[in-house]
Amino acid sequence: MAQSSSPRPAAVIGGNRLPFARANGSYANASNQDLLTASLEGLVARFGLAGERLGEVVAGAVLKHSRDFNLTREAVLGSSLSARTPAFDVQQACGTGLEAAVLVANKIALGQIDSGVAGGTDTASDAPIAVSEGLRETLLRLNRATTAGQRVRALSGLRPGHVVPEVPRNVEPRTGLSMGEHMAQTAKRWGITREAQDDLAAASHRNLAAAYERGFFDDLMTPFLGVARDENLRADSSVEKLARLKPVFGRGEDATMTAGNSTPLTDGASVVLLGTDEWAAERGLPVLAHVVDAETAAVDYVTGNEGLLMAPAYALPRLLERQGMALQDFDLVEIHEAFASTVLATLAAWEDVEFCRDRLGLSAPIGALDRSRLNVGGSSLAAGHPFAATGGRIVASLAKLLQEKGSGSRGLISICAAGGQGVMAILEAA
Amino acid sequence: MAGTYASFVNTAVGKKLAAQLGLPRPARLRRYAVGAPLLDGPVLVGGHGDAPLAARARDLLAAEGVEAVEAAVPGSGVAGVIADLTEVQDPGDLETLRALVGPALRALAPSGRIIVVGRPPREAGSPAQAAARRALEGITRSLAKELRGGATANLVLVGEGAEANTEAPLRFLLSGRSAYVDAQVVEVGAGSVAAPEDWTRPLAGKVAVVTGAARGIGAAIADVLARDGATVVCVDVPAAGESLARTANRVGGTALQLDVTAEEAGRRIVDHATRRHGGLDIVVHNAGITRDRLLANMDEERWGSVLDVNLRSILRMNDALLAPGGLRDGGHVVLVSSIAGIAGNRGQTNYAASKAGVIGLANALGGDPAVRGRGITVNAVAPGFIETEMTAKVPFATREVGRLLNSLSQGGQPVDVAETVAWLSQDANGGVSGTVVRVCGQSLLGA
Repeated sequence: MAQSSSPRPAAVIGGNRLPFARANGSYANASNQDLLTASLEGLVARFGLAGERLGEVVAGAVLKHSRDFNLTREAVLGSSLSARTPAFDVQQACGTGLEAAVLVANKIALGQIDSGVAGGTDTASDAPIAVSEGLRETLLRLNRATTAGQRVRALSGLRPGHVVPEVPRNVEPRTGLSMGEHMAQTAKRWGITREAQDDLAAASHRNLAAAYERGFFDDLMTPFLGVARDENLRADSSVEKLARLKPVFGRGEDATMTAGNSTPLTDGASVVLLGTDEWAAERGLPVLAHVVDAETAAVDYVTGNEGLLMAPAYALPRLLERQGMALQDFDLVEIHEAFASTVLATLAAWEDVEFCRDRLGLSAPIGALDRSRLNVGGSSLAAGHPFAATGGRIVASLAKLLQEKGSGSRGLISICAAGGQGVMAILEAA
Repeated sequence: MAGTYASFVNTAVGKKLAAQLGLPRPARLRRYAVGAPLLDGPVLVGGHGDAPLAARARDLLAAEGVEAVEAAVPGSGVAGVIADLTEVQDPGDLETLRALVGPALRALAPSGRIIVVGRPPREAGSPAQAAARRALEGITRSLAKELRGGATANLVLVGEGAEANTEAPLRFLLSGRSAYVDAQVVEVGAGSVAAPEDWTRPLAGKVAVVTGAARGIGAAIADVLARDGATVVCVDVPAAGESLARTANRVGGTALQLDVTAEEAGRRIVDHATRRHGGLDIVVHNAGITRDRLLANMDEERWGSVLDVNLRSILRMNDALLAPGGLRDGGHVVLVSSIAGIAGNRGQTNYAASKAGVIGLANALGGDPAVRGRGITVNAVAPGFIETEMTAKVPFATREVGRLLNSLSQGGQPVDVAETVAWLSQDANGGVSGTVVRVCGQSLLGA
C-alpha cells in the first residue's frame, strides 16, 4: 500500500456536529450562522480551544442568504475562538463540507497553517427567499435613479406578478429536473430495485441507532436547542415498514424511490478539527487519522451522457491509481446516501465490466465492495443531510471508526453533489 | 436573583412595613470579588490565656493590611472578631469570650465575621475542659442567630499540633467567600499544607474535574475554580452538552460529555485529565438528580436512579480516581451533599439517602489512613436553600419559607457553594478532611 503522498499529512483530531433536525422542526428559527456557531462552540469546548488562534476556519452553506457573505468569519467572531482566527466560505453543493476539509488539510500539508477547522451548515427551514427578478430589476433601476422623473419611471415598471417571491428549489438549473427525478433515471439505468433500496435504508437506521446505543457520538456531537439525537432516526425502522411507503420519484414500474429511501430536508451543522501531529501533541490532543488523498470529479449530466450523481464513480479509479490501491483494500467505506439508489448505482457501476471499460477506461472492473464495510455507523438516510454539513459528519465519524479499527486502517469517503460533481477522500488511522 | 420577599423588603415601603411588623429584612451579603480586601475594617483579636492562635491571626491580618485591635473602640466599628479560646480549662473561662465578643457586637459592621477558635472536645485533658470546649459550639450557634446585617459566626477547632494549618480556614471564614456559611464547625487537623504564592489564585496550575458542570451549582463551581487559577474539566451527561460547552468555553476549560453512571466513567475522567491537562488535582462530585415521591409511592426506578447517580457512581468512579495514576498525591476530593441529607425532606427518601450517604463517604474517606497518607483531603459541602433553576420551580410559598428559614433570611447563591468547594480544594487547606460544611445561612432545618 502506498504511503501518504503529502509530506506532512494533516491529522484529523476530532469533530463536532449538532444533531440533525428535520426541516421546519426544532431548528426552524435558527439561522445558518446560529448552527455553525453552535457547532464551533461544541468543538472549542471539547478540545479546550477557547481564546486560541487557529490557522484558519473554512466552512460554507449551500442554501445561503446574501447577508451571509462572510458566514464562517461571522461564526468565528461569535464563537469563543480568538477573534484573530481567519476564516473563509466555500461552496460546492453537498461536497462543501468535505471540500472544506480537503482545503484545510492541504494548507496544513503545505506547511501554511498548523491547525484549522473545516465544516459546513445548512438549514432548509431558514432558506433564503428572493424577490422576483422583475421586482429586483425595478428596485435596482429605482436605486440608480437620480431625479424624481426617473424614480417615477422606474416605479411605473412594477407589475402585480412581481410580488411572487422566488423560493430556492432542489432543481438543476440546466435540466429543470429535481435531483430525485435525475436519480430516478439513474436508478432505472442500473436496475436498482425497490427492495435493495429499502434494505439499504433500513441498514442505515439500524447502524446509526446502534452507534448511538454504544455512546459513539458522545464525543462527536453537542446537543442544540434541546435536540440530542438526529430527529430523522427511526430506530425501529424495518424493510417491512419502508415497503409500505408510496414512491415519490419516477413513474409506474420504475417508481422505486420513496421518502424512506431518499434523504429528507434537514437542518444542522458540523465541524472537524485538523492540525499537524505536533500541534495536537503540544495540546495533549488525540490524532484519530490522517488525510491521505482526495479527488474531485464531474460528469456531463446535462446531455444525458451520465447520471447527475455518478461523478464519484469517476473519481475513484484516479484515486486508486495514485495510491496503488484497490477498492477492496479499504477497511471502511462511507458513501453519502443522497438516495439509497445513489449508493447502489455507484456500487453497481464499479462492478460493471462495460462501464469500467468504456467509461473509466479500466481493463478490469473495480469490483464488488464487502457491504459489511459500508456506512457502518449509519449515513444520511438515517441521520439526515443538511447539505454542507454532511462532509464534516462523515470525516469525524470515519476518523473515529478507523481509530477503533486500529492503526493503518484506511477509509474512503464519497460524496455526490449537485451540478454533476463528486468529492472523495481517503483517511488512514493514526 | 433575589427572592420576591427580599426584593420587596428592600424597597422604601417594604422596609417600613417589615420594621413595623417585625419581619426579617435580608441584608445584601458581602461576597468576594478578585482584588477585594479580606475585610473592610479593623478586626478585634483577643482570647484566653496565651491565645496562641490569636497571634497567628494577627500575622495573617497584617499580611492582608487589615488592622487588628485589642478592644472595640466606642463609636467606630469592627469588621470582625477573632476569639481564641483554645486555652480554656473549664466553663468558668468562657467569661473571656463573653467579655471580649459581647461589647463588640453593637459595633459589628454589616456582613461582619465572628470566628471563635477552640480545640476538639475529644482531645480534652479533663471532663471540665471537654465541657468548656464543647460549650463553644453552643455559644457560636446561638450567637449566629443573634447577628444581623449579614454577619456570621463560625467555630474553628484546632487539633493539637495543627496550629500552622489554620490560615486557609481563617482566610475563608473572614472573607466574602464564606457569605452564606454560618454557624459551622470546622475542624483543622494534621496534614500537609502548602500556602499558595498568590492568595488570589490559590488553585494556580491545578487541574480540576467538576461533574454536573452544565448548569446551576456545578457551573458556578467551574467558574470559581477557574477564577482561582485551576484548569477545569467540565463533565455532564451528553444531553446537557450545549450548556456544558457554554460553561467550558466561559472558563477556558474542556467539556467531557459523560454519564457518571457509566461503568468506565472514572477511567475516562482520569484519561481525559491526564492526556489533555497532564494530571488531576481536584475532583468535585457534584452531579445529582432528584426523583421525588413519598416512600409509599416510590418505585424501584426512582429509588435506584437517584442512588445510582448521586452516590453509587461516586463510589465506582473513586476506584479509578483514587487509584495510582489518578488523583495526584496531595489532591482534593469535594462531594456535594445536601441539607436534605442532614435534615431529611418529605418526598425525598431516595435523595436524602444518597446525600446522607455522601456525608458518610466523606467522613470515611476523609479519615482513611491510606488516603490521608497520600496527603489527599476528602470533604463534603451541604447546600441549604440555594437560588437555582431547580429551586425556582418550587411552589411560591414553599420557596419563600425555604428562603427565610435561616439566620440570614435569604437563599444562598450557587457561587456561595462554589466558594466553599474552592476553599476545600486548596493545598493550603490540607488540614481539613472528612468534614461536612453546610452552606445554608444557618438553616433551621436539621440544625
